[in-house]
Amino acid sequence: MSARTSEKPAALEPERYEAFEPPAYHFDVERRDFLKVLGGGIGVFLLVGNPALAQESGRGQLRMPALPQNVGAWLRIAPDGKVTVFTGKVEVGQNVRTSLAQQVSEELHVALDSISMVMGDTERTPYDMGTFGSLTTPTMGPQLRKIASVARDMLIDMAARKWQVDRGRLVAANGTITDKETGRSIPYAALAQGETLAKTVAAEDPLTPPSEWKVAGKPAPKVNAVDFVTGRHQYTPDVRLPGMMYGKVLRPPSYGATLGALDDTQAKAIHGAIVVRDGNFAGVVAPTPEAAERALGALRPQWNAAPAETSSEGVYDYIRKNAVEAESGERGNRLRHAAGSIEAGMAAAHQRLEQTYTVAYIAHAPLEPRAAVAQWENGKLTVWTGTQRPFAVRDDLASLFKVDAGSVHVVMPDTGAAYGGKHTGDAAPEAARLARAAGKPVKLVWTREEEFTWAYFRPVGVMEVRAGLGADRRITAWEYHNYNSGPSAIATPYDIPNQLVQFHPTKYPLRQGSYRALAATANHFARESAMDELARMAGAEPLAFRLKHLSDPRLAAVFQAAAKKFGWPRRKIAPGQGFGIAGGIEKNGRIATCAEVSVDRKSGSVRVVHVVAAFECGAIVNPDGLNNQVSGAQVMGLGGALFEAIEFADGKISNAAFSRYRVPRFRDLPAIDVVLVDRTDQPPAGAGETPIVGLAPAVGNAIFDATGVRLRSMPMAPHGLKT
Amino acid sequence: MAIELSVNGRSYSVDTDPQTSLLVVLRDHLGLTGSKYGCGEGQCGACTVLVGGSARRSCITEVGRVGSKPVTTIEGLERNGQLHPVQKAFIEAGAFQCAYCTAGMIVTTVALLRANPHPTDREIAQFLEGNICRCGTYPRIQQAVRLAAAAGGGR
Repeated sequence: MSARTSEKPAALEPERYEAFEPPAYHFDVERRDFLKVLGGGIGVFLLVGNPALAQESGRGQLRMPALPQNVGAWLRIAPDGKVTVFTGKVEVGQNVRTSLAQQVSEELHVALDSISMVMGDTERTPYDMGTFGSLTTPTMGPQLRKIASVARDMLIDMAARKWQVDRGRLVAANGTITDKETGRSIPYAALAQGETLAKTVAAEDPLTPPSEWKVAGKPAPKVNAVDFVTGRHQYTPDVRLPGMMYGKVLRPPSYGATLGALDDTQAKAIHGAIVVRDGNFAGVVAPTPEAAERALGALRPQWNAAPAETSSEGVYDYIRKNAVEAESGERGNRLRHAAGSIEAGMAAAHQRLEQTYTVAYIAHAPLEPRAAVAQWENGKLTVWTGTQRPFAVRDDLASLFKVDAGSVHVVMPDTGAAYGGKHTGDAAPEAARLARAAGKPVKLVWTREEEFTWAYFRPVGVMEVRAGLGADRRITAWEYHNYNSGPSAIATPYDIPNQLVQFHPTKYPLRQGSYRALAATANHFARESAMDELARMAGAEPLAFRLKHLSDPRLAAVFQAAAKKFGWPRRKIAPGQGFGIAGGIEKNGRIATCAEVSVDRKSGSVRVVHVVAAFECGAIVNPDGLNNQVSGAQVMGLGGALFEAIEFADGKISNAAFSRYRVPRFRDLPAIDVVLVDRTDQPPAGAGETPIVGLAPAVGNAIFDATGVRLRSMPMAPHGLKT
Repeated sequence: MAIELSVNGRSYSVDTDPQTSLLVVLRDHLGLTGSKYGCGEGQCGACTVLVGGSARRSCITEVGRVGSKPVTTIEGLERNGQLHPVQKAFIEAGAFQCAYCTAGMIVTTVALLRANPHPTDREIAQFLEGNICRCGTYPRIQQAVRLAAAAGGGR
């Protein structure tokens, strides 16, 4: 396989470490008439950026000929009273369709079930950079609350004008405006009837503080739950179009192999089959999936293999030896943090720790594999695909097929999960290429083997720690290097006077990218394992040792909340029993995890028996959805902690199947207690990622507690604990 | 060749090879897309349907071997517009995140409760061991099965 360097992501691959700059919002489809977009009723358009653009338009008085470029989201109350909210964010199981609707319901004062959310559709929703980085809740949430509160005020004003009364007498509740003095009322629908009134907002309007929330902040079931339990919801692989055909892509036998001659005689002989060859790309299209499968199998390609530079065995050594020259300047500084003097700190130490930790390549393995349905009509391309970045996929398609972005429409149905693995739209250009050749709509659903082989992976990483402990049992020096896995949560939250913390990009052998919580998992595994080792070295109780080094009261609070629920510190009452604790800060959330393990030294079996996860992400929007996210993160985290690893050699993945790549199942399920710390005095932070980062080190620390064996590589016990 | 099938109480004639998987026939020939493809090797359970009342992995079941046994898919569980007790229980327990595994989980649970109307937690976990939920919603799925059992979901 040809090596890649982390500096230049391949085409169609997003910035590896995700960008955290605020999105450059713009309504990217061609400028359209404001009121035409609205289509009657009442609309509130949120402008992000220049507040001078905010203005009102409607009833032909104020002309605003075109929709401004920087609409971030908008809300419509149709003449029949139906509320529709348009946002470019997408639903991948993190439950934002529900939590965003709850926040609109909160401010607009309408029932939750009267709101429908249009999400991630490049023609119907405003531009959005993508759904990642746990940003939907902290950014889109307040934006939707803002436009909903403005819409509510508009309705109150309309009723006040209609009745010629002071607006202070009017209250909005349950989709109705009521005059407190006379008791008369009018539904929103009656106010919206016959109106075409649009308003843009930008100014900071006061929002209902979280402490006064009535709908938001409370548990709410998934808004379209019935569609899921009945099988009615259409994920991308379920989309069917008239005349649709089925595609298959010819994959190389190993990474980097290039396609030579292609004998397609037998494939073409299959009834209705079409063969497409375009450079290294080749695929087939047929009227049924089984015919497409046969046609693919009938192709006789000649491949030119590329030499492989490393394997899953040698990859740690490989990345450690292939660090890219440290950058200078601002970007280089972003990857490096120094305080005090490491030399002085190490010299002052009475005890020293020097250790190396590693994390393996792992796969996201969302149960819905990559898929796309593509249709060309009069030079215009429509693609349904499960992606976290529909607008980026649209732009990629436009550039690949040399059409303008306005001629590409990407629709993102609520998708069978992503976990950071669907930033790209890999299946979309493939389906579009096949559909163009076929002249018919084409569906392409990746097989599980393709998903395990041709998607991208969580980066492999090597983390090196050098630390010193003073006579007072405080850490005097902390030197930390991360190779390739990434800089997320690389900074220690502990008070240490002398620090050197650095991320080193390296060459790397497999396609790699974002994975739930990014490198925060690897960095917490290394740091919190090392903290445990330092605590043992100091003869200190691990929680007390952490708290002694901690001045972030919110992190200290979740550590204490987890400890309280778990009964930390606990006394071992059975052989093979052990307890571990770990925690940290990421994306403005705080997590602390306690784990109990049971290790059978004879059989080598390692079982996580009990997990307590205490999590704080500011004000809670939907405690039920949040509990589900935090609990699910513990389960998913078990896989990477204990047994998940991609195995590869000679440019081939050797465990590209669920029968050979073990993911957490029912038998792995520990008792899980989730403790949610609600801080209504803090703005809500995202919660899809951070809760996963404490699990692996807590389990590793518990295994050490049980056995005295320190495991410094994730996965820690892929084949049990060999001793 | 034409293959006769009974699915959700309806008779179908499908033109395909007998080796074609039941999943492909259901999804792509009959348009019943509620059963999902997840792995194609019977490892994840997303494609689970009832064949003659037993849970079967439709992705590794050849359609030619189904014969006259009635097939029930997730689409066939509602009765007169009423959700099946297991479907209701999954909503009540909020037993999903992305919900791609849900159809398979529900159909497997229906088979479990028919055979064992009041399973223990251990029995639930054992019966659902072959169903993967990547979002890790297992505790709530277990809770949904308990609720369904209590509501007489095995009837």
